[in-house]
Amino acid sequence: MLEIKNLHVKLEEEDKQILKGVNLTVEAGKVHAIMGPNGSGKSTLSYVLSGRDGYEVTEGTATLDGVDILDMDPEERAAAGLFLAFQYPVEIPGVGNMTFLRTAVNAQRKARGEEEMSSTEFLKTIRARAKDLKIDQDMLKRPVNVGFSGGEKKRNEILQMAMLEPRMCILDETDSGLDVDAMKLVADGVNALRSEGRGFLVITHYQRLLDHIKPDVVHIMSNGRIIKTGGPELALEVENQGYEHLKAEEA
Amino acid sequence: MALPEQKQTLTETRLSGLSVPEGGWAEPARRDALARLRAMGLSTRRDEYWKYTRPDTLTAPEPEAAEVFDDSDEPQLFSERNGLKIVFTDGVFDEGASDALELDGVRIDRLAETSDIHWARDVYGVLEARGQAPVQRPLAAFNTAFATDGVLIHVTGRPSRPIHLIYRRSGNAADAVLHHVVKVDAGACATILETGPAAARLNSGMEVEIADTGTLHHVRAQGRDHERRAATHVFARLGRESVFKSFTLTANGTLTRNECVIELTGDDAVAHVAGACMGDGDFHHDDTVFVTHDAVNCESRQVFKKVLRNGAVGVFQGKILVQPGAQKTDGYQISQALLLDEDSQFLAKPELEIYADDVACSHGSTSGAIDEDSLFYLRARGVPRGEAEDLMTIAFIAEAVLEIEDEDLQSDINDRVAAWLARRRT
Ligand SMILES: Nc1ncnc2c1ncn2[C@@H]1O[C@H](COP(=O)(O)OP(=O)(O)OP(=O)(O)O)[C@@H](O)[C@H]1O
Ligand SMILES: [Mg+2]
Repeated sequence: MLEIKNLHVKLEEEDKQILKGVNLTVEAGKVHAIMGPNGSGKSTLSYVLSGRDGYEVTEGTATLDGVDILDMDPEERAAAGLFLAFQYPVEIPGVGNMTFLRTAVNAQRKARGEEEMSSTEFLKTIRARAKDLKIDQDMLKRPVNVGFSGGEKKRNEILQMAMLEPRMCILDETDSGLDVDAMKLVADGVNALRSEGRGFLVITHYQRLLDHIKPDVVHIMSNGRIIKTGGPELALEVENQGYEHLKAEEA
Repeated sequence: MALPEQKQTLTETRLSGLSVPEGGWAEPARRDALARLRAMGLSTRRDEYWKYTRPDTLTAPEPEAAEVFDDSDEPQLFSERNGLKIVFTDGVFDEGASDALELDGVRIDRLAETSDIHWARDVYGVLEARGQAPVQRPLAAFNTAFATDGVLIHVTGRPSRPIHLIYRRSGNAADAVLHHVVKVDAGACATILETGPAAARLNSGMEVEIADTGTLHHVRAQGRDHERRAATHVFARLGRESVFKSFTLTANGTLTRNECVIELTGDDAVAHVAGACMGDGDFHHDDTVFVTHDAVNCESRQVFKKVLRNGAVGVFQGKILVQPGAQKTDGYQISQALLLDEDSQFLAKPELEIYADDVACSHGSTSGAIDEDSLFYLRARGVPRGEAEDLMTIAFIAEAVLEIEDEDLQSDINDRVAAWLARRRT
């Protein structure tokens, strides 16, 4: 589903290479996890895949269902089914959460040539999804992420994901800043979306999230590269021993 | 003090051929205003108060022509608000197009009528004259002296509908001078709507006297015409526990100078003045506001937002003056510009002058582009760039629009702004 080949990325403004040949394939129906030390390039990978400005792809490709996404606008990638739950969700004063979500849902539908969601259907759906994530009505009415706690922002990301029903979901440290109960809610939200046709790429530092969202494959990223790939046991290994021995292995 | 020769010449050139409308109760006030004008002279670029805006086309003997804009692609703004329609075409009352000047809780007369209107005598030119210090507003004195039409609105109760002043255009080079007087009695409450460009060149004045516990809502939109020019003044004096809320939407227009002068003279009064302007290209918009706190525990807010592109220019000069004894003043002032490109410009002069010690006043002014992180966030959720920019632009002006109390009027304004933005995306 998502296929990344030999991806090299540098910063546009500086001569700094951040991704140095990433190879990664996420198959439909599978959950892949990426772990790796701070600054290894995990968020950069997620931003480049979703089309943020400021990065330059110098080599390599990324395709979604065989279609090159690197030349697409962010909104086109979203309409194609790519979703990024941000490590740091953005606050947008003045734009209501609900208005934002309805605009997004319908913009994607329009881009795909589908019929818009009626307001009644939208309201019904968002109420149900919000309830599952224990997001109250008041939060839906407030401006996007403004005044939300760290954990509320992360739950709001999952709400957006649940509403948009993307086919390829990238979660960048969605577990950080969550208390134990919220982590469970978020994991349930993700698990509810797990299906045959949907792929997940879960970036995390902690085994704990992976206890709830069981990954099929675990990758270790270090210094802009995937240095090791394995099963769920690899996450446990990192949890117990850290990254140093893996880096040494690679070198 | 004799005027500098250049100013005197400018003033006399403008006045030559003009005469104060004769007869009627307003004539003495008009003559006084003319004397005031002669003493101060018309504004020039050298005047500090006109540092950011060139007054020459506003003071020239003849207006520059401005093509009449066909805005029939949109329904009349506020047409769903069921207002009492009072129509002026090129600055002249249009009886055929207007409703009968009858509404519960209010008495409405025409300025041009000569029968004595006692209450109006106490307001006409009076608030304007008070507003001539500490800064001079010659175009306002000109307005009092030469206004040819306008309405006198005496709010005695709570009219069930808004009063809707509609300004239409017909000629390409009409020069309109309109003056309205509004008096709100104790406990009375009304809404005045103003829409339309009025003329190729408009000089308009509105004097608002609000008695203790009275309330006036004022929402104005200055039309969509491009080349038109306007200098407007709103003078308001507020009594104890009274409320005045004024909002102006300006989309397009080569030159607009909107001055608002507010005096809080009774304790616990509340005055909010707000504005949103949308400029694209040949557009210069100036909000000049002066709020004087002269009573205890009054609240004032100035909220001005400017959306500028293609070399449009926005100006804000705003002042809060807190007089000795005006304790517990709560004064707020914000002026912000959203620059949609690098050619546009925002010039701001926020001022506070405070002579009381127990006050809370804040002011701020910013200008900047659309936030890239927010834009990316919206796009990453599938909202196309243009639509995302529009959402953020509407969010940017929201603080000003929210100063309008009535939610229907808020959404009328938001719809117009959205349409203005959408037209620029296609
Ligand atoms: N816009 C930028 N400007 C400068 N440096 C950047 C920029 N974006 C990323 N970097 C640098 O690239 C490297 C990778 O950053 P990235 O955020 O992708 O790491 P990460 O693996 O997500 O780290 P963490 O686990 O701390 O979230 C870091 O050294 C970071 O400082
Ligand atoms: Mg990161």
